[in-house]
Amino acid sequence: MDLNIECNKIRKLILKTIGTLGVGHIGGSLSMVELLVVLYEKHMKIDPKNPKMMGRDRLIVSKGHSGPAVYSMLCSKGYFNEDWLLTLNQPGTNLPSHCDMNKTPGVDMTTGSLGQGFSCAMGIAKASKIKNDGATIYTIIGDGETQEGQIWEAAMFAAQHKLNNVIAFTDYNKLQLDGPISEICDIAPLDEKWRAFGWNVVVVDDGHNCDEIDAAINLAKRSDKPSMIILNTVKGKGISFAENAGVANHSMPITQEMMEQGLAELGGKE
Amino acid sequence: MEMRQVLAEELEKLMSENENIVVIDSDLSKPNGLANLKNKFPDRALDIGIAEQNMACVAAGMSSYGMIPFISTFTPFATRRICDQIAISGAYAKQNIKIIGTDPGISAEFNGGTHMSMEDIGVLRSIPEVVIFEPVDNIQLKKALPQIINYYGVVYIRTFRKATPDVFDDNSEFDLFKASKIKDGKDLTIFCSGIMVNETLIANKELKAKGIDAEIINIHTIKPIDKEAVIESALKTGAVLTVENHNMIGGLKSAVCEVLMEECLVPLRAIGVNDKFGEVGKMPYLKERYKMRAQDIVDKALEVISLKK
Repeated sequence: MDLNIECNKIRKLILKTIGTLGVGHIGGSLSMVELLVVLYEKHMKIDPKNPKMMGRDRLIVSKGHSGPAVYSMLCSKGYFNEDWLLTLNQPGTNLPSHCDMNKTPGVDMTTGSLGQGFSCAMGIAKASKIKNDGATIYTIIGDGETQEGQIWEAAMFAAQHKLNNVIAFTDYNKLQLDGPISEICDIAPLDEKWRAFGWNVVVVDDGHNCDEIDAAINLAKRSDKPSMIILNTVKGKGISFAENAGVANHSMPITQEMMEQGLAELGGKE
Repeated sequence: MEMRQVLAEELEKLMSENENIVVIDSDLSKPNGLANLKNKFPDRALDIGIAEQNMACVAAGMSSYGMIPFISTFTPFATRRICDQIAISGAYAKQNIKIIGTDPGISAEFNGGTHMSMEDIGVLRSIPEVVIFEPVDNIQLKKALPQIINYYGVVYIRTFRKATPDVFDDNSEFDLFKASKIKDGKDLTIFCSGIMVNETLIANKELKAKGIDAEIINIHTIKPIDKEAVIESALKTGAVLTVENHNMIGGLKSAVCEVLMEECLVPLRAIGVNDKFGEVGKMPYLKERYKMRAQDIVDKALEVISLKK
């Protein structure tokens, strides 16, 4: 499979999902597309026909507002049909803004209150160690989310319990809702912080390069510590109106015209 | 025997029987009596350090993996400190977490206002689907734990941790979701919980001496409250007194009022903390300070009886 083609497909699905509704968290969804594609296509031990398979690998998307990206990926893997994507946030939908494990097949934890999903992931990893089932626990946090104190409580716990079955990712797109992270409450130097907390750290210079992400995950799998892979990404990546909106793309209105323009930009590559 | 010893012994037994049970402390395993579990079950009894938010979510994660985690700390840190974690990663995510909070209300004594939870029940009662249980004595705690394990969901166990006189005996029936009647009566109903049950029984001696026949019902599970028991007794006696070790806003009084206002209006008075913070002191002083002594119960009982039509 050409991963870049798959990324392009996922971006289109995200745009249709949010564009059909007319508003949504597009910035942080687009910045983690390559990561999702590499995880689901190259690493995760899962079965879309049996979403609750025992001993499967888990993915906890702690930045729960990136639901549209997760749903687009799950749809592409066959967890549900594409018509579900067009129900985002409609009454009674199985696809709410923020990820809900009790609504969406393939979602492993309910997230949205930032910091909590990451902690839950450490509990899942500890449980997997107790049951000795060999699962790998993947989790994605936002860079803004890193400001939550609970992240660092969980970081210490993971190091103490030697949870080397955890491979975590920071979607380091440098922007949070209110502005650039560096201007609000900076988290740099992020790699040094995680190293100081006892984690194996891998920095990926281009978080939109599938090969680099893949290589980082392979490195992390060999670590005897929990791993944090820091992905330098661009919020809104791949669709010009979203990328150009900068900090405004956290959650933005998307008109029919914008959707068509975005799909045209992405078109032809599939 | 101290309640924390009973808690530890029962958990040890249950952990031997069920390999999915996990106990997580946050640097209070010694005061809560659970420290030895680590020796018996090094994998399944953890001390997570002073990080209650992480404790609650680690528990939620473990629950999603099919385990039954108990988390343990003092009541204020088990509730108001981790409200959002209990609400979202716990109840909203439909996880199976058991929360042990010790030293409720005035029983925090010398730890004072910072550690004296007057609002823990109120805070959790407003979160959907959270069960709130407060045992009266060792026997009730012992009988409740297997039922709490068999119930899937978030359960808060608000427990005294030192020695307290037994109210119930080994033969008494216990159902987690049904109130426990301690005594039949006809002049008023006293709904009481936790450490205030014994205070109520002391008060009852004086009431009896005055010729008053009180019905005494222990509401051990404040949410979901046993509505039928509340209504049935209120209709029978026509007057109600609630007695609790908690702010009267949000606790037992509120829960009983919510039932009675909809179903049967009768005169009601309450004993409990009157919207005040805690402070340091031994329990006799604090009971006097917040008007929670047996004598206060007697006075309020007489007052509410006088309001009967």
